[in-house]
Amino acid sequence: MTGGHYLLRAILGVIANVTWTPGFVLRTLKKPLGRMKKARVIGVIVAALLVGGVATAFVVAWQPALAAIDPRAPQSFDAALVKRGRELAAIGNCNNCHTVHGGKNFAGGLAVPTPFGAIFSSNITPDTETGIGRWSEEAFRRAMRSGVDREGRHLYPTFPYDHFTHVSDEDNRALYAFLMTREPVHAPPRDNELSFPFNQRLAVAGWKLLFLRAGSVRADSAKSAEWNRGAYLVEGLAHCGACHTPRNALGAERVDAAFAGGDVDHWRAFAINARSSSPVPWDAQALYAYLRNGWHPDHGTARGPMAEVVNNLSAVPASDVRAIATYMADISSIPAQDRKLRGEAALARVKSAAPTGADSPGASIYAAACATCHDSSRPPPYGGINLALSSTISSPDPRNLANIVLSGVRPVEGERSPIMPAFADSMTDAQLAVLLNYLRSRFTDQPAWTGLEKVIEEARRRQTASLAPPSASADKMQ
Amino acid sequence: MNAPVILDRRKVLKGGGALIVSFSLADAFAQDQSAPAAAPSNPPPQSPPGSLKTTPYLDSWIRIDADGSITVFTGKAELGQGFKTAFQQIAAEELDVPFASLKLVTADTKLTPNEGYSSGSNSTKDSGTAIQHAAAQTRALLVAEAAQRLDVPAETLRTENGAVIAPDGRKLSYGDLVRADMMHVQAQPSSRLKDPSTFKVMGQSIPRVDIPAKVTGGPAYVQDVRLQGMVHARVVRPPSYGAELVDCDTSAIEKMPGVVKIVRDGNFLAVVASREFLAVKAMKALTAAAKWRETARLPKIDELPSVVMSLPSQDTTIFERSDPTVTGLRTIESHYTRPYQAHGSIGPSCAVAQFVGETMTVWSHTQGVYPDRQAIAEMLRIPPASVRVIHVEGSGCYGHNGADDAAADAALIARALPGLPVRVQWTREQEHAWEPYGPAMVTKLKASLGGDGKIASWNFEVFTNTHSMRPGGAGCLLAAQHMANPFALPAPKPIPLPEGGGDRNAIPIYNFPNAHVVHRFIPDMPIRISAMRALGAYHNVFSIESFMDELAALAGTDPVEFRLKHLDDPRGRDAIEKAASEFGWRKGQQAPADRGYGFAFARYKNLAAYCAVASEVEVNRETGRARLVRAVAAVDSGQVVNPDGLINQIEGAIIQSMSWTLYESVTFDETRITSTDWQTYPILRFDAVPDKVEVHVINRPGKPFLGSGETGQGPAAASIANAITNATGKRLRDLPLTRKRIKDAIDA
Amino acid sequence: MAILKVNGRDYTIDAEPDTPLLYVLRDELRLNAAKFGCGLGQCGACTVIVDGKAVLSCVTPLVLLEGKQVTTLEGLGTASEPAPIQRAFMEEQAAQCGYCIAGMMMRAQALLQKNHKPTDEQIRSALAPHLCRCGTHMRILRAVHRAARLMDTADLWPAEKRSAQ
Repeated sequence: MTGGHYLLRAILGVIANVTWTPGFVLRTLKKPLGRMKKARVIGVIVAALLVGGVATAFVVAWQPALAAIDPRAPQSFDAALVKRGRELAAIGNCNNCHTVHGGKNFAGGLAVPTPFGAIFSSNITPDTETGIGRWSEEAFRRAMRSGVDREGRHLYPTFPYDHFTHVSDEDNRALYAFLMTREPVHAPPRDNELSFPFNQRLAVAGWKLLFLRAGSVRADSAKSAEWNRGAYLVEGLAHCGACHTPRNALGAERVDAAFAGGDVDHWRAFAINARSSSPVPWDAQALYAYLRNGWHPDHGTARGPMAEVVNNLSAVPASDVRAIATYMADISSIPAQDRKLRGEAALARVKSAAPTGADSPGASIYAAACATCHDSSRPPPYGGINLALSSTISSPDPRNLANIVLSGVRPVEGERSPIMPAFADSMTDAQLAVLLNYLRSRFTDQPAWTGLEKVIEEARRRQTASLAPPSASADKMQ
Repeated sequence: MNAPVILDRRKVLKGGGALIVSFSLADAFAQDQSAPAAAPSNPPPQSPPGSLKTTPYLDSWIRIDADGSITVFTGKAELGQGFKTAFQQIAAEELDVPFASLKLVTADTKLTPNEGYSSGSNSTKDSGTAIQHAAAQTRALLVAEAAQRLDVPAETLRTENGAVIAPDGRKLSYGDLVRADMMHVQAQPSSRLKDPSTFKVMGQSIPRVDIPAKVTGGPAYVQDVRLQGMVHARVVRPPSYGAELVDCDTSAIEKMPGVVKIVRDGNFLAVVASREFLAVKAMKALTAAAKWRETARLPKIDELPSVVMSLPSQDTTIFERSDPTVTGLRTIESHYTRPYQAHGSIGPSCAVAQFVGETMTVWSHTQGVYPDRQAIAEMLRIPPASVRVIHVEGSGCYGHNGADDAAADAALIARALPGLPVRVQWTREQEHAWEPYGPAMVTKLKASLGGDGKIASWNFEVFTNTHSMRPGGAGCLLAAQHMANPFALPAPKPIPLPEGGGDRNAIPIYNFPNAHVVHRFIPDMPIRISAMRALGAYHNVFSIESFMDELAALAGTDPVEFRLKHLDDPRGRDAIEKAASEFGWRKGQQAPADRGYGFAFARYKNLAAYCAVASEVEVNRETGRARLVRAVAAVDSGQVVNPDGLINQIEGAIIQSMSWTLYESVTFDETRITSTDWQTYPILRFDAVPDKVEVHVINRPGKPFLGSGETGQGPAAASIANAITNATGKRLRDLPLTRKRIKDAIDA
Repeated sequence: MAILKVNGRDYTIDAEPDTPLLYVLRDELRLNAAKFGCGLGQCGACTVIVDGKAVLSCVTPLVLLEGKQVTTLEGLGTASEPAPIQRAFMEEQAAQCGYCIAGMMMRAQALLQKNHKPTDEQIRSALAPHLCRCGTHMRILRAVHRAARLMDTADLWPAEKRSAQ
């Protein structure tokens, strides 16, 4: 936040605290208003407040345009800085929102659905007309810090600057260098589809006032350097909470429910705090392996939007991924003793799994369609995850399971990678419900899901581009 | 084993050229269209051409019945290359009968000649040639018979549509003419063949006779064989090489629905059930019940090239030429490596066997019914005459895959269930884990350029296992190795030149004043290997043709021009020029950004078909992903029998080689093979298929048939590698050229 | 016991409900086209059409087929009266060993039934689950385009026999 903001906040604070007593108002204005009628006095006070409010709002909302620069030649950026920027962009998962499936990298155009309407991601290639080619580093930094574009317009917080505000100047410099050396793509931005008053950017200023806490993540001297690095990344660039934390009515993350689970497209971003429903509790080691490789034998495989995330994380320094895992494991709080015991029980149950039979339709489907991979002695990632350990089946939300069973897992071109067939065409919604219910009852001790057929029907409808196979080793990081 | 040609060492030392000459001279004479006016400059060969050498009686090949129906026999097997059609064309042409009137019987130890293996791209050369001559001589005999009966000179008679016709219109059908034992004569060394300009079916793209059934669900494969009372078996293979079955409680499995028998013989374990899916279930249970002691110690996969080079080897200099007047000024050296690669047949191996009385009949997709019969008989300790092996098509095998082993499995199990037809179907995992792979190889190349920009000296060393462990001996069969009284794996032997195995195409076809080629034959086989399409030629040509580009770059010469500078063989030059011109290859050309052009050429085995491939590859510099965009090939196979069939084979070779070259390597840990399905051994899928593959056929009417099934693999690989270098400026020498390797090279 | 509708006929099948359709087709009904390639859903050789959609029969148990129509390659046409897709593959000679072809054709047929004029991209995408080891891909793509044209000329009744070229 700029100095102006602080000043304004201070002024407002003073005004709010000092003046907001009718007595004070009246006493101060007693003399000049003495001769005026009471109604008129009130009218003047209200007008003054309105003017003051609008002026305040204007001062808060109005952001100056920063001068357009001549685009810098890509060669002028230090190669090491660009490389660092690439790694940071991978952690920030920038390409995931700023690239439309099948489109050019970072050219924007992806529709992000919000409760207020669809917002389209912007073109952050260095194109001079439709991208950020004329942005100075200062302008870029301001966008990351405060969600304001070069021309001074407020950006919608679908661009998670409430997290990116924590990114250091040094890292912003690297990110800037990386983006400015990408291939410029001429792709005019698409108009957002927001209803009034959300389509008024000034409204965002109010949102920011309420929810944007600018500045860096404060280090905790009691914790290790790795933990602190993890905190910096998780709360900042990696913006995990943007998916994994529930939001309030105004679309801001609920600070009181950090990492308690969220929704992305038609996927559930699981609770990754103490409310996690995974049969075997996560620890830092498991989390590291999962984030790095995209799977863990005791938990499952990253699919849907998370697949892109782990894909990107496979290309960044291992130490950064380890830091993220360390921090996350710590703040998601040590699992309670009973959860630990249940985890052990789940693992034990896996070892003594009963042979599959054909005693019920669900069992028959499982035996023929699933068991060959999911009940083999072959460990993940090439043997299917043992379903008794799957977070997806234990989750209160069946959407992810429906998504995966419908779409399967497609192979990565030319690389060793898991393959799961898609079952959308071989099972009706009713049949899928039979299967999912069977999996739920057989592999968990959780209560049955409700409304399953509707979820399946919706999942089928929403088979989105996020189900396309992730391209290996940062294919989109161009 | 294909009968190797006995080699005159001196002829070989001339670069193999003399051998080529002697071959083509002999065959040229044999294929002379009309009796030569003057005496030939070379004496005629004494033995008839092709497989007629070993099976000289005409009626072993062609049988004409009194009703006029004609059956043609070949000892070769249809592998999906279209042989059934090609041989039918050849026979129909030389017999002068309608194409559809013939019936072709393929490899069957009871019915057909013994032609060893359908391998080495020798089928058309050996069997096609035999059929061609047998048919021509059969027709000649029929004409002679008709001349006698009609009392007219033979030269006045003509043949058409299965009949001999006199000038006055009198007609005698072949069926009329045939009398007992008339065809039971030995073939002559030479035949009067038809003039290619009069061909009616040879040289035509006759639609394949096997495709209609394959696209309408007709029975076509060994997997479709269904016999009365047939039972279904599944083998439980060990988890690794040499594992011992220490315990197996089969009591529960014996009680499973449909289970007929459990066969256990030492480390060989199988379950038989009345229905296939019940066999699958029983196999899963039996797999879980089996306890193995594993002892395998596999090489460290990350150190494979150095492991290969450190194993003891038997070294032979296979080519030497020296001209001290030519000296090199600048020298470069490169090493190229290839991992183990799998055949990866789409249909896992399958066989059916039935033991009735004293006879074991096996239906198998083996490439060699006679050798497999030999091995199975040895394994069962019964005379070979008691075993009949009938070839039925499987999916493409691309060499020695699990077919022979599945046949042995079926025979061993069938012996335990006399009278019942037993069908063995391998699983996908078994095919991937147990098939014998194409061996890992290392080549070391060193060459120097003279002041004239040409190669002054050339050194080539190839480190390799044998490329054939085909049965042969029972010890080559898995079942025989695993049984309680096992057979030992026979000592590996190199395939002799000029065919060669690991040294196939190691001798360069180019003219180098100084050249030295060494074959380092490695007997130790830590991983099971055998013949895979093109054998050593894939890696040797990849190495030679990559290195030629490296030298061309050093000389500052265009790659195509550089090759032509060193090549005398006119047919080779034609193939190179054709591919280059059809591609639009221009000296000093510049590919668009992120793309590269590459070229490569070879003559398979230096005596079979010529193939040149020009390619355009697209490389994503950020990810390292390479994709073949366009390939243009030229192929010279001598007299073309079926042009479309040939084009199909070359297209397929290019695309298959692209998959090998960009993606494929067998993986293993210290004990087990870990690439056991399509997840862990990925091959080409449609998302990376090229935009365009063109094949231009250079037909040589009247010239000998040249084997073409394997000629595209090496050139395609090198062409792609050279195109990647052209696109990125970096040279990759370790197969496969994966995305990661390309990316690392770009970043380096 | 289950009733299975295949190629327009009803069959009574005596097999457990968890039996994959592939084994029922091949072993009970003796239909050859659908092939065993992997049993893992990785290669597509077992593909048939169920209620108009292409499915992998090796991972589709009998219990899922109640009331549904199964179509195999045999149900589309015969060698003497081939369906457009079969004619197209024959005319393009789109096969080497041919083992993968039946599965490819069923996937293509399902695509063409929904999309009469697929682009090259769409065909490649539809065939993504299928492997061909011989490298017949170029011909397979040409054959599918050809089949689209054949279907487009509204000749869904294979009227005349075609003789060899």
